Amino acid sequence: MKRLIMPCTDDAIATIEAGDEVIISGVIYTGRDQVHKRLASLIGEGKEPPFPFRGNAIYYMGPSPAPDGFALGAAGPTTSARMDPFSPLLADNGLKVMIGKGPRSEEVRASIERNHGLYLQAYGGCGALYSSCIRKSEVIAYPELGPEALLRLEVEDFPVFCIIDSLGRVYRG
Amino acid sequence: MDAEKRIADALVMAIRRLPGETEESLLSARERESGRGGRAALDAIADNLRAAERTGLPLCQDTGMFWCLASIGRGSSVSIGYVDSLIRRACLRAAEDGYYRRSVVSDPIYSRINTGTNLPPVISYEVVDGAGVTLRFLLKGFGSENCSSVRMLNPTAGEDGVVSAVLDMMRKAGGKPCPPVMLGVGVGGTMDRAAFLSKKAFFVSDGNAALEGRILAEVNRLGIGPGGLGGDNTALSVSVLSEPTHIAGLPVAMTVNCWAERKCCLAFKEGEL
Repeated sequence: MKRLIMPCTDDAIATIEAGDEVIISGVIYTGRDQVHKRLASLIGEGKEPPFPFRGNAIYYMGPSPAPDGFALGAAGPTTSARMDPFSPLLADNGLKVMIGKGPRSEEVRASIERNHGLYLQAYGGCGALYSSCIRKSEVIAYPELGPEALLRLEVEDFPVFCIIDSLGRVYRG
Repeated sequence: MDAEKRIADALVMAIRRLPGETEESLLSARERESGRGGRAALDAIADNLRAAERTGLPLCQDTGMFWCLASIGRGSSVSIGYVDSLIRRACLRAAEDGYYRRSVVSDPIYSRINTGTNLPPVISYEVVDGAGVTLRFLLKGFGSENCSSVRMLNPTAGEDGVVSAVLDMMRKAGGKPCPPVMLGVGVGGTMDRAAFLSKKAFFVSDGNAALEGRILAEVNRLGIGPGGLGGDNTALSVSVLSEPTHIAGLPVAMTVNCWAERKCCLAFKEGEL
């Protein structure tokens, strides 16, 4: 079991290998289909994204509503493959870590190798478990997207599994 | 208890607790699993079942799209209009009471504006023997639904054709639908009817244990494993439901349910609605 504090350095990323179980603490950002489409447009127009990509992680997640006393409702990962058309552009612009579920395209794998990043899998369907790892949640962009808004999360002991490491190696089970 | 509340309560419970047999089957899969990644995924799933029970949060943030099969007895005195309105009111109430994620958009191609209610539900009606009304619900998450599919086989393809179509669809799905999955297989009818049967199959089957067992064993040999992390448990169950079809065809549809199988069934006797 390895630990990763986010945001992170290239040195920290280099210690994690495909097939490792990893525990994340710190700050991560969320974004799924519509956020990816918008981030890609911003990059195309030469504008700044709503959070700095360098050293940071994006988590493919749209939560269920938070009952009183919870930072968020259920908060598990969504299918990463839908983000594949956008991810290489984000990685080439500094985004280091992607967290989602399921396999990625060869283009995404190559972009992770090229930029020395990581693709980490969160356990699909485990929404209640991940909610219990989130200490704080704040909408920082696109509130009109409802459950798909871009959130800044403070997480503690958030369990994931490394699928693609910074050398571009893929865990295939 | 009034019928609307009874249905809404069942729909709220369905997103928090697995059906008993699904939970048992997941926990026993952990005992058998030999893959390291697969075991890690099944351990996280077991932790998640406990977290949902402790907190009352949904098992998964994708609380799905409401899918309902309303089976109305020929002898029932209730009108289909009443049943339709009851289903819609109960779904609306469940989405509120259960903190469902609002996951439905109105225009699928262009604006994709969230309806804000998780409505409309997808409802099918059928007429059955008797005087009761039975409502069967799936809360259909789309990580798995995106892996559901239909194939139109040649009429001579037979059992081998059906099995290889399912295997091909599952190979393509890989780790995307949150395995270990439950598979509903609909065979026959027209293209759309096979797709419908593949969902009804989660509640009713032909009872063809040999075919279901063969598909289950072959899917599990794919090695996709829990979470797609490799292992012995790719599917936990297969249910096949078939109907008559045309001489020129053999439609085969597969619906994938993720391990977080959210479903419920409510039966109302004549006079209860």
